[in-house]
Amino acid sequence: MKLNIKEFPKIPERLGSGHRLCSGCGAPIVAKMVLMGTKDPVVVTNATGCLEVATTIFPYTAWKTPFIHSAFENSASTAAGVEAAYQSLKRQGKIKREIKILAIGGDGGTYDIGLQALSGALERGHDFVYLCYDNGAYMNTGVQRSGSTPRGSSTTTSPAGEAVPGKQQFPKDLTAICAAHKIPYVAQGAISNWKDLITKASKAFAVKGPAVLNVLSPCPPGWKHADDLAVEISDIAVNSKIWPLYEIENGQWRITYKPRDKKIRPVEDWIKMQGRFRHLTKKENHHIIEEIQQWADENWDRLERMEKATSSEGGSE
Amino acid sequence: MTKNFIKPLTGASAVSEAMRQIDPDVVAAYPITPQTEIVMKFSQFVNDGKVNTEFVPVESEHSAMSACVGASAAGARAMTATASAGLALMWEILYVAASNRLPIVMPVVNRALSAPINIHCDHSDTMGARDSGWIQIYCESAQEAYDNVIAAVRIAEHEKILLPVMVCQDGFITSHAMERVDILEDEKVKKFAGELKLPFPLLDTDNPVTYGPLDLFDYYFEHKRQQSEAISHVFEVTDSIYKEFEKISGRKYNRVETYKIKDAETAIVALNSTIGTAKDVVDALREKGEKVGLLFPRMFRPFPAEEIAEKLSGLSAVAVLDRSETFSGTGGPMLADIKSALYEKESRPTILKYIYGLGGREINPAQIEQVFSDLKEVKKGKKVEQVVYLGVRE
Repeated sequence: MKLNIKEFPKIPERLGSGHRLCSGCGAPIVAKMVLMGTKDPVVVTNATGCLEVATTIFPYTAWKTPFIHSAFENSASTAAGVEAAYQSLKRQGKIKREIKILAIGGDGGTYDIGLQALSGALERGHDFVYLCYDNGAYMNTGVQRSGSTPRGSSTTTSPAGEAVPGKQQFPKDLTAICAAHKIPYVAQGAISNWKDLITKASKAFAVKGPAVLNVLSPCPPGWKHADDLAVEISDIAVNSKIWPLYEIENGQWRITYKPRDKKIRPVEDWIKMQGRFRHLTKKENHHIIEEIQQWADENWDRLERMEKATSSEGGSE
Repeated sequence: MTKNFIKPLTGASAVSEAMRQIDPDVVAAYPITPQTEIVMKFSQFVNDGKVNTEFVPVESEHSAMSACVGASAAGARAMTATASAGLALMWEILYVAASNRLPIVMPVVNRALSAPINIHCDHSDTMGARDSGWIQIYCESAQEAYDNVIAAVRIAEHEKILLPVMVCQDGFITSHAMERVDILEDEKVKKFAGELKLPFPLLDTDNPVTYGPLDLFDYYFEHKRQQSEAISHVFEVTDSIYKEFEKISGRKYNRVETYKIKDAETAIVALNSTIGTAKDVVDALREKGEKVGLLFPRMFRPFPAEEIAEKLSGLSAVAVLDRSETFSGTGGPMLADIKSALYEKESRPTILKYIYGLGGREINPAQIEQVFSDLKEVKKGKKVEQVVYLGVRE
């Protein structure tokens, strides 16, 4: 059941303080907000990555809920196993209560190395939620480019060099890839829009079958911004439409937040806040910013067309 | 003893029959020749409502093992089956399963590894995985595969062990050959397997635990040491479970199997179906008065070194037949372990090194006879230093 906003603060904290994530990291905020989306107990599986290593340094753990880390590429298939165990034991009457399963991965563990396991788990229809905290690079190993890294971004494997100004490719559209599996619920969220995000999490936990949440997760050392800017930088990402907030619920696309006139920011405002794009401010690279703006605008237009096409109030389909 | 029944079954079907009777909570599996028949038969049991199992038809073997890890940590009895490249794809997670002390049971149908691609029997797959922390049991026949899959559940889940087990049989030779298999009554197997009781299941949400934390130089070593400690109990536990199994089945198993070795002067050491062929040769040679025998390390991991050394040290010459290559330049994987086991013994047999049967190349009685005849020459004083590739065109 979808939760009412008044119930969010009553959900017991599942990821405690005292972990060793960087100051200003978006990942624990993402995890905490998403875990507010259900009253039921949650079993968490986590891919190798920042969130996993920094919350479970033996003999300590920040997790107040059952947690398993297995490897980098298998958070979804590990969750599939947990879910299968749950279904089996419940059917045999050995477990009575309602338990939710949340698989977490960063963008490296989701867009890249874990995509096959995720696709398999979505296709099989396991009753679980997959959360990607998307910080746009392999941050845990020292900021290497991933399939989610924005065009123009300087990473340690796509550095801004004298011949090549950072990553050349645009990111793949993970949210649409997940939606193409025709699962009950897929959404994109951001920590700046907390009510929107927790509501999406509560919908994701409530549906029967797989649900995916792709949430932007600012990374001060990787994006090279001050460590008090995670929420603000998310907000500008959303208002510049480079990270639109939308959901696909039973095939219906809906933009859940549409920035109005004054709120709308150029993508350049978002880019200028981050050291990873510093080289783009050079005159000879300015065309890349224009290309990113165009990419964001086209993406937004496509979302609006999808919203219209799949709307129950008479789309063109 | 209550009645059992005899069924004509292939090695693969015998294993699916054992899995049906064990009725695991979760089976996550992927097809690969020559293991596929196990998964196909088991899927039929699932869809005919003959088991309570939640079957997860995963998109790869990597996910098969990952789902087993998730299911087992969650508190379910989890099984899968694989072969060759499938086992190779699981590699990373084999270690995760063993190191998290998850008692997953996995029948493996031995098949060569690529390249070139080859679907037939050799032992490269499981020999490569021999140091992953899994217990390895090898089987000569469909009957042995059936029996040992059942016994393996108890070995894996024993409170002193909590480690995963591979139960290996030869691809096609055993997996696809029809044999007479004595099947135990369902109830007997159910009772023998019992209820799984894992100490820290994830689904016990009132008592949350963290599996697979980041474990650095200050603790990792101690955890590995504990894993070795668990391995050190495998022999005593296996012996007692084999005894219990004998009570319900009338069939006796040992970690180290021997055939007519007591008064033998020479012997062959081999695994799986080759033992069956070699038994015939031993019988024929014994009729001619030759003192020959066989040794079969049924349990290969952990390696019963002491027992093997005890049984081989008094012999004059021993031939180790490896069905895989290490490319170390010094022979096969079993050879190294056998030689190392004998090192401490004052009297040691001369050891002949053979590699045979790669990629399903047939091993026939004439070749086994040749090995015994080589051993006879060595007994008389002939020296053979090099690794012999049996049945290859040089």
